Amino acid sequence: MARVYPILKVTVIVLWSAFVIAPFLWALTTSFKTANGVTGGPTYIPFVDYEPSAAAWQGLFGGGGGSIDIAGPFASSMVVTLSASIVSLVLGTLAAYGLSRFSYKAGPIGNGDLTFFFVSQRIMPPVVLAIPFFLMLGWLGLLDTIAGLVIVYVALLLPIAVWVMVDFFNTIPRELDETAMIDGCTPFETFWRVILPNSVPGLVVAGIFCIIFGWNDFFFAFTLTFTQTQLLPVAIVSLNSSVTPWWSLSASALISVAPLIVIAFFVERYLDKGSIGGRK
Amino acid sequence: MTYVLDNLTVKQGGEVHLDGLSLTLPSSGVVTVIGRTQAGKTTLLKVLAGLIAPSSGSLTSGGENLLKIPAWRRRVGMVYQQFVNYPHLTVRDNITFPLKRRGMTKAAMEEKLTYVTELLGLAAFLDRRPAELSGGQQQRVALARSLVKDTEVLLLDEPLVNLDYKLREQLRDEFRRIFHASDNRLVVYATTEPLEAMIMQGQVVVLHEGRVVQAGDYREVYSRPANTMAATIFNDPPMNLFDARIGNGQVQFGPDTALALPAHFAALPSGDYIVGIRASEATLGDEVPARVALAEINGSTTVLHLDLPFGSLVLERDGVDPHAIGEQVRINLPTERFFAFDTKTRNLAAAPAGD
Repeated sequence: MARVYPILKVTVIVLWSAFVIAPFLWALTTSFKTANGVTGGPTYIPFVDYEPSAAAWQGLFGGGGGSIDIAGPFASSMVVTLSASIVSLVLGTLAAYGLSRFSYKAGPIGNGDLTFFFVSQRIMPPVVLAIPFFLMLGWLGLLDTIAGLVIVYVALLLPIAVWVMVDFFNTIPRELDETAMIDGCTPFETFWRVILPNSVPGLVVAGIFCIIFGWNDFFFAFTLTFTQTQLLPVAIVSLNSSVTPWWSLSASALISVAPLIVIAFFVERYLDKGSIGGRK
Repeated sequence: MTYVLDNLTVKQGGEVHLDGLSLTLPSSGVVTVIGRTQAGKTTLLKVLAGLIAPSSGSLTSGGENLLKIPAWRRRVGMVYQQFVNYPHLTVRDNITFPLKRRGMTKAAMEEKLTYVTELLGLAAFLDRRPAELSGGQQQRVALARSLVKDTEVLLLDEPLVNLDYKLREQLRDEFRRIFHASDNRLVVYATTEPLEAMIMQGQVVVLHEGRVVQAGDYREVYSRPANTMAATIFNDPPMNLFDARIGNGQVQFGPDTALALPAHFAALPSGDYIVGIRASEATLGDEVPARVALAEINGSTTVLHLDLPFGSLVLERDGVDPHAIGEQVRINLPTERFFAFDTKTRNLAAAPAGD
């Protein structure tokens, strides 16, 4: 058994890695093929199996007679996702600290109900929100604008931030807050000087969730914009035509997933920082 | 300036933590608050720190209402049972944290830091994070942070309970030395262990179910427990208590056991009483037959749980003395060490002289 286990472990890791990495390799090779290269049967090795061509990549950035430049939507997606994530993280962290540490009462409604109210926003199917959002942005004159999308995305991401951060703050012993107050911190200083510096792992997780959900949203990006503003997921889908352009779709899929991979590598070290509170 | 706690009640979510507690604490010295878990010790300390607002009652000092002052302006120090330090700060920054909040100058801060780190032997660890220290060192950092502030009140909530035995003994002695070194600071030390109260000396407050059972000098509480509850809480193992009948020059336990009436019971009217004897004062001997129900060896003492004809008794004796379960032994109950409590009120009726 003792010898079987390491072998089993390596086998599982290899299989799982292949399962995860294979689609990327597939997309990568496809993105360097021409139409004939894609339809002419499975080929994998450049220069041997097929003649690589950068046409798909050039086409995505307006070159090679292509009809689209994906750089604009990429930048818009970046701005919308990051702005909405930052706003959600700031508001969500403050709200979560309040919900975790202070008692609120409005008739029969208490902290638990408030927390559930936030989380329940994500239980609702997004389609329910499409018409209200459309009308509200219309009244504000913010349809088809970056600002309008940021507002809507904050509404979508805030519950995630609150949910993750309430859970995180609940794992920090209250005695830490109490000690800070005894040491002369007002409630806000307690939050700012003691709790926040010890919340980096929670903030990272909440931030990643916000960025992933914001970056990948298609539904609202699609329903609330027309011609002036276009986000990356919508731009990618609009590449599709009567003949599916697998080469450009593969290239754009890689572009769209790249920022998330970069973030994942960057923040990974924060994700397994041990528990807080000085206990061993 | 003494601290006057009057009729303090703390209720949280239907649970009563303090139940009309009234108490006067001196302005300096060590006061040990002793009680079992859930007796209200932590709640009492948190009210003193300003962390819990009581539902009713008052806390004043020299006529000033302390309840109006929030925790961050109350100027107390507190050490918890868990080792609470700021995980993101080094030991140095942990200790100087309260001083910075107060806007103390760098030079003054450095002087205080040096004093307190030498006092507690932390000089070697100043640049480490709390997580890199052992439990005992972490608790010393927490104590250092409380001491460095020079507060008038220092609260300690079972600070040694999470430490191993050896360290506990060592820190206990250090604590007593430090607490008694200053004569303008009130130290309130909460514990479940009578031994700690005896070692800390000073005043004792026995707490049970959110009320004060007895308050007084530690020697007084030990030698004259106000009632059976105080006798149980302030003795470890708890004092043995039996229903007994006093009269005809005898103390009668159950149908078969009668012992001669000791001199200090002579003035008691005849009748039913609860008679108590400390575990450490019953001895193996020849008077009363007993069966060993359980035998524990605790370091240097042996604790026997015995079934007597009229109840069960815990007997503690020095030395390692193994006994088999079920073994028949005989014991002596020295009557001159008997306590008598009233059956109804459970208050002390007579105590042995000269403890």
